[in-house]
Amino acid sequence: MKHLMNIEGLSTVFYTEEGKVAAVDHVSFQVREGETVCIVGESGCGKSVTAMSIMGLVEAPGGKVAGGKIDFAGEDLLGMDPNTLRAIRGNEIAMIFQEPMSSLNPVMKIGEQIMEPLMVHLKLNKKQARLRAIELITQVGIARPDQIADSYPHELSGGMLQRIMIAIAISCNPKLLIADEPTTALDVTIQAQILDMLREFKASGGMSILLITHDLGVVAEMADYVIVMYSGKVVEEGGVVELFNNPKHPYTKGLLKSKPVVGQRLEELYSIPGQVPNPLELEPSCYFHDRCEQCLPVCRSRQPQLKELDGGQKAACWLYEEAEVHV
Amino acid sequence: MSEALLEVNHLKKYFPVTEGLLNRTVGQVKAVDDISLTLQPGETFGLVGESGSGKSTVGRTILRLTEKTAGEVKFKGQDIHSLSSVELRLLRPQMQLIFQDPYSALNPRVRVGDAIGEALLDHGLCSRHEVRELVLESLDACGLSAYHIDRFPHEFSGGQRQRIGIARALILNPDLIIADEPVSALDVSIQAQIINLFSKLQRSKGMAYLFISHDLSVVEHLCSRIGVMYLGSMVETASRDELFHSPLHPYTKALLSAVPVPIPRLKRERIVLKGDIPSPANPPSGCKFHTRCPFAVEVCKAQTPVFRDAGGGHFVACHLV
Amino acid sequence: MEANSRMTGLHESRVQRQKSSLFRQSLKRLMKNKLAVAGFGVVVCMFVLCFIGPFFSPYTDNKINMTLMNKAPNLQHLLGTDALGRDILTRVMQAGRISLTVGLASMLLSVFIGALLGAIAGYYRGIADQVIMRIADLLMTIPSLPLLFIFGALLSEWKVRADYRMYIVMLMLSIVNWPGLARMVRGQMLSLREREFMQAAVVLGLRDSRKLFHHLLPNVVPLLIVMATLNIGGAILSESVLSFFGLGVMPPTPTWGNMIDAANNMIDFQDHPWLWIPPGLSIFATVIAINIFGDGLRDVLDPKQKR
Repeated sequence: MKHLMNIEGLSTVFYTEEGKVAAVDHVSFQVREGETVCIVGESGCGKSVTAMSIMGLVEAPGGKVAGGKIDFAGEDLLGMDPNTLRAIRGNEIAMIFQEPMSSLNPVMKIGEQIMEPLMVHLKLNKKQARLRAIELITQVGIARPDQIADSYPHELSGGMLQRIMIAIAISCNPKLLIADEPTTALDVTIQAQILDMLREFKASGGMSILLITHDLGVVAEMADYVIVMYSGKVVEEGGVVELFNNPKHPYTKGLLKSKPVVGQRLEELYSIPGQVPNPLELEPSCYFHDRCEQCLPVCRSRQPQLKELDGGQKAACWLYEEAEVHV
Repeated sequence: MSEALLEVNHLKKYFPVTEGLLNRTVGQVKAVDDISLTLQPGETFGLVGESGSGKSTVGRTILRLTEKTAGEVKFKGQDIHSLSSVELRLLRPQMQLIFQDPYSALNPRVRVGDAIGEALLDHGLCSRHEVRELVLESLDACGLSAYHIDRFPHEFSGGQRQRIGIARALILNPDLIIADEPVSALDVSIQAQIINLFSKLQRSKGMAYLFISHDLSVVEHLCSRIGVMYLGSMVETASRDELFHSPLHPYTKALLSAVPVPIPRLKRERIVLKGDIPSPANPPSGCKFHTRCPFAVEVCKAQTPVFRDAGGGHFVACHLV
Repeated sequence: MEANSRMTGLHESRVQRQKSSLFRQSLKRLMKNKLAVAGFGVVVCMFVLCFIGPFFSPYTDNKINMTLMNKAPNLQHLLGTDALGRDILTRVMQAGRISLTVGLASMLLSVFIGALLGAIAGYYRGIADQVIMRIADLLMTIPSLPLLFIFGALLSEWKVRADYRMYIVMLMLSIVNWPGLARMVRGQMLSLREREFMQAAVVLGLRDSRKLFHHLLPNVVPLLIVMATLNIGGAILSESVLSFFGLGVMPPTPTWGNMIDAANNMIDFQDHPWLWIPPGLSIFATVIAINIFGDGLRDVLDPKQKR
């Protein structure tokens, strides 16, 4: 499969009152054509900031993309002038967010909001755009599309709005859909509907999906390839089956063990001790070391690099750097 | 069996829908519509449902944070909703609430130690010199350190704040803790810590929990009996094993099959429900679930199913069972 | 679980030393705002100058010396003298005492009335709320300047003794200012009541007095401090306006406002600018400094600014 997007050494920093925070720290990964890549991690691990950096939504003075390359279909997104970037955004790369309500304009009718990108990017006239909008609403599984097109966001439920967001996102046949926690705010029965729909669109349209989530269940259902992030770093990545069946990094292992699974009750849940480290107090070490059960002396003083292991999985952990452990 | 700790009989809570300048009442949202449940001392009852099912309102009406519309709530034989405000205030330490959002449930200007200890002092349950000792004990039981006592809530992470909320309830030695989605706002690794804390505390102190959650896996882990709510009504109540291994109501089945399982490429039978949850202001006739039920037949539209025992204490409200 | 808490402790030990205090944190944030610190500096200088300065002056404010009429600034009289030969610098400092005292006192009084009534209205609601807020509304619908003018004119009509007028002016300004404060405190109380930590206080079975004094009021105080600070500036301005029109504090008691009155005279305005420029600049600098400082305080204390 061809690479659609290649991210190399992406670093994004934010400036807070207490100091500079490296929210994304030298992150590299690829998204292949027609593939679903999931970035999984806990809050503050930098998964959403990665998505925002790709979309060019990190803005000064709050923060900036400090380094790296984002190559999308042969073009460098970071070095691009704002007008070209705007043409790509929403057209070739679309994005949906966790809160559909806050990403739709409350005083504009649903139909108009779907028509807007169609008229801007695909240069359709008003009539064509309206027809296409109705078609899209039907496609995302909403009955009475005419009526819905003429309603305002507050008249629809969260699940419906997320469908509308997806309709807007797929309207220009993007090559890449970035979905940032698209089902976190929704109920499980609605989540199941939305995930099913995303899978269908991916299968029929050949688009790639970059799905950002904290829910390992969603990852298992959706992903082809999984990237695990912790404190702004990629700690492990690999194919979904390998990663779930044979996790390498202690953090991934802990995460998988600590999630209660329906139908598999345990007397006591495994839990990773401690908290995510304060991003302002990071020192050159493995950022997971003080929560890790297999912590070695070297983990406290030097940062492990992401390294390919047998089976194609990659992990950033000193446990797998045999030569260096005894230094 | 001994006397039930909490007995809720046919509890109803309707919120009026008002309209226009004069606030005319044009309808009612039946947030809680005829709910009954009992809780034995030391037991954990799980209340499951999606948003709009009224599960949180049940918790709040039991604690009389909001007045009931009809029905009865008996805590240790006393009808909560007929107590005077002074009597109720004095009874409150025995039944505590844990909030979903650990950020907003703590006063940002009160030090953690004061927040935990103030109710003891206010109720005269201990003297001024004893309070610090008890606060430290409670902090320790909840996995927090002694030096946290003089800090402010904003200096803590979400998981730690939830521990503070639990410590604040725990210090009063309550017999009942109502936990309203206490782990939904937390990360997976922190969720597991808090869930373990809940079970550890129950083992050592023996209080009863009414655990309200939308997350079936969490409820399965903690609760011995579980009730499933849909649009203000209970659709199924059963013991944990019964509910998870032989669910009877189609809604319970659909919920169970919709929870994503962290096992990739798992083939399983799935009931995907059509459409959205209807508005509780305008619930469907008959069985409220018939609009989304894949097995609905004519009788479901016309008649409200009776909530009845399907054998061995497994209650269900469905025409097809 | 034990390992768990131990780990938590380990991680936190690094930040353990910093003793936490909301006041100190706010102060730290305030110190970062250079403009606000400068504003505070100017205000402090003004106070020091006005309250301590006159002791070092060889002149007294009311000593009339006809031989020194309308002298331009010189080495003996750094800011010159007025029509009665009084030293302008000394008078500006003396006037500052009055103006700043009036500003401060009327602020304290209006904050006291406003906070008390606002808290009662917001906490108890019902009838008390209705009565208090309708009175506040009534006072707010009348434009305050004309109202002050009418009060001032009445004072002159009733021939109130000049040395009492200062206190009456304070009272007048407080009456005009409290409704805004009361309204704000009430709004804050109403929104705080709905916060989840207040529900938690109900569940814990806390007494009303504890809920009010330990939970609600401490959350209103920061906003109150900000409003009070900004209020001083407004009060100083209003007092100056009144005195300028001869309706506030009367000469010979000097205030910045009645000193600028000199600018009313065409000849003085053109030929003796040292008569009105110093008090004018004093008002300008003080009010600007107070407002800048107040804005800085708002940035630090307003909860909306926090994450």
